[in-house]
Amino acid sequence: MGASISLDYITHRFSAAAKPTLKDIENRIEPGELVALIGRSGCGKSTLLHMMAGLLIPSDGCVRINNHLVTKPSAKWNMMFQKASLYPWMNVKENAALGLLFDGMPKAKAGERVDTLLDMVGLHDKKEVNVQSLSGGQQQRVALARSLATEPEVLLLDEPFSALDAFTRTQLQEEVPNICRERGITMVIVTHDIDEAIAMADRVLIMSQNPGRIVGELTVDLPWPRRHMDAGFQSMRDELMQQFKGTDTGLAGRNGADTEESEVSESAA
Amino acid sequence: MNTSNTQTITAASVMPNMSQLFGWLKSLQYPAVGITGLLLLWWFGGFMIENDPDLSAFAAFAPAPTFSALVDLVASGEVWQPIGSSLYRILSGLVWGIGIGVPVGVTVGYFGLALKVTNVPFQFLRMISPLAWMPIAVLAFQSWDSAIIFLIVMATVWPIIFSTAHGVRRIDPNWFKVARNLGASGFQMLRRIILPAIMTDVMAGIRLAVGVAWVVLVPAEYLGVTSGLGYAINDARDTLSYDSLAAVVIVIGIIGYGLDTVCSVLIKRFNWHME
Repeated sequence: MGASISLDYITHRFSAAAKPTLKDIENRIEPGELVALIGRSGCGKSTLLHMMAGLLIPSDGCVRINNHLVTKPSAKWNMMFQKASLYPWMNVKENAALGLLFDGMPKAKAGERVDTLLDMVGLHDKKEVNVQSLSGGQQQRVALARSLATEPEVLLLDEPFSALDAFTRTQLQEEVPNICRERGITMVIVTHDIDEAIAMADRVLIMSQNPGRIVGELTVDLPWPRRHMDAGFQSMRDELMQQFKGTDTGLAGRNGADTEESEVSESAA
Repeated sequence: MNTSNTQTITAASVMPNMSQLFGWLKSLQYPAVGITGLLLLWWFGGFMIENDPDLSAFAAFAPAPTFSALVDLVASGEVWQPIGSSLYRILSGLVWGIGIGVPVGVTVGYFGLALKVTNVPFQFLRMISPLAWMPIAVLAFQSWDSAIIFLIVMATVWPIIFSTAHGVRRIDPNWFKVARNLGASGFQMLRRIILPAIMTDVMAGIRLAVGVAWVVLVPAEYLGVTSGLGYAINDARDTLSYDSLAAVVIVIGIIGYGLDTVCSVLIKRFNWHME
């Protein structure tokens, strides 16, 4: 079952003298909720996600998962990265079972457990192959199975589909929220793709930069599965885009948005 | 009908064997040319020595006496004892070299501070010929055998340390992040991630180490001990049996080549990079 995440007044500086990267972040994510975190590159959204995973400790404030203070990483709040980072000396099955091995499960039992997961992510005929022979999409599916194997309460996604081709990306944008909803896993995805946020999340948090803050919020109450062509999807995207532009803090940020190429892609998949 | 069928089957099953054999022979043609060239040079050298009145005493260095001495050495079984002693020393030295070199290499590669501290002293020590430690080794160790093994350790430990440290430093940082994120403890990180990741580099270091150690071993065996291939060379010189001296040199070359081949097979075995 999913866990709640509470972000308690998080402020973070990478060094004592530096200006804060994140400032006064405060939010609560309910168990089983699907949340997208959007913002420009460098706004600190990925930093915030690393804090939820316990890979980074904020200088002020804290992250609580089910009211437990997060102080170190755990397989129960699992993160998927932009790169699958599979281990080339292990085959697909061994890669997927790694979290279970770390947890002390015997190899044979771990293998059984990941068998069904690999079937589910569509790799039933690839279980014994070398991971270096897989396509990018297949590798990311192995990483997904690896993350799910430890039965996490929270799944954290750090732009995990941004390096994939459009077709595979759309497929995974549909599959991952489905899996999380079936299993009641709380999901947080970091993205700069507005379409991805609307396709995958119940609620979108908008972040500003310098310092990183949560400046807006949008509830996406569209039915599943989400279709990019639907009128509801289109109007939601426009609304989010407007909010995003409106909440862009500071003159520099606004000018930047007009003159430079926007980081937030409006591309329809 | 039946007979023709059988014939095609046998022909088909023989054909790949033939082409395999042919391919194998073809891959040997260049080494064969090289070895023939070497033999010709050697023969020519022997010919010159034989015809020089000042040097004719050394005529047994020529290929013909050498190979007949080699056949005698092998046929009488005399060759195995020195080979055994030498291999024992090099393997003991290597075991110690790996046992010290890999942990030190992992530490130096993993902790930036350890690298900064050790870099200069290690580069300094590495440049000292292992044979230069001989007087100290003789003082420090009770037996000649241990002293020689110590010299082999001094020869093998540096390539293994540097190669291991290099391997650790080029591990993809994301591999650490993913493993931490999956809840790996320090020991699990070492066993499941670091060691498999650096295995190819460690093996490459061992291969270099074996090469250096084999070269150092023979002169080290000139001193003190009464067994081993180095001793056999010295002994042959003292008894003026130059043909068996040259035969031992050939044995040294063949075994050195064999050790290197074993290493390169192991490197391929542990290499996880896809071709």
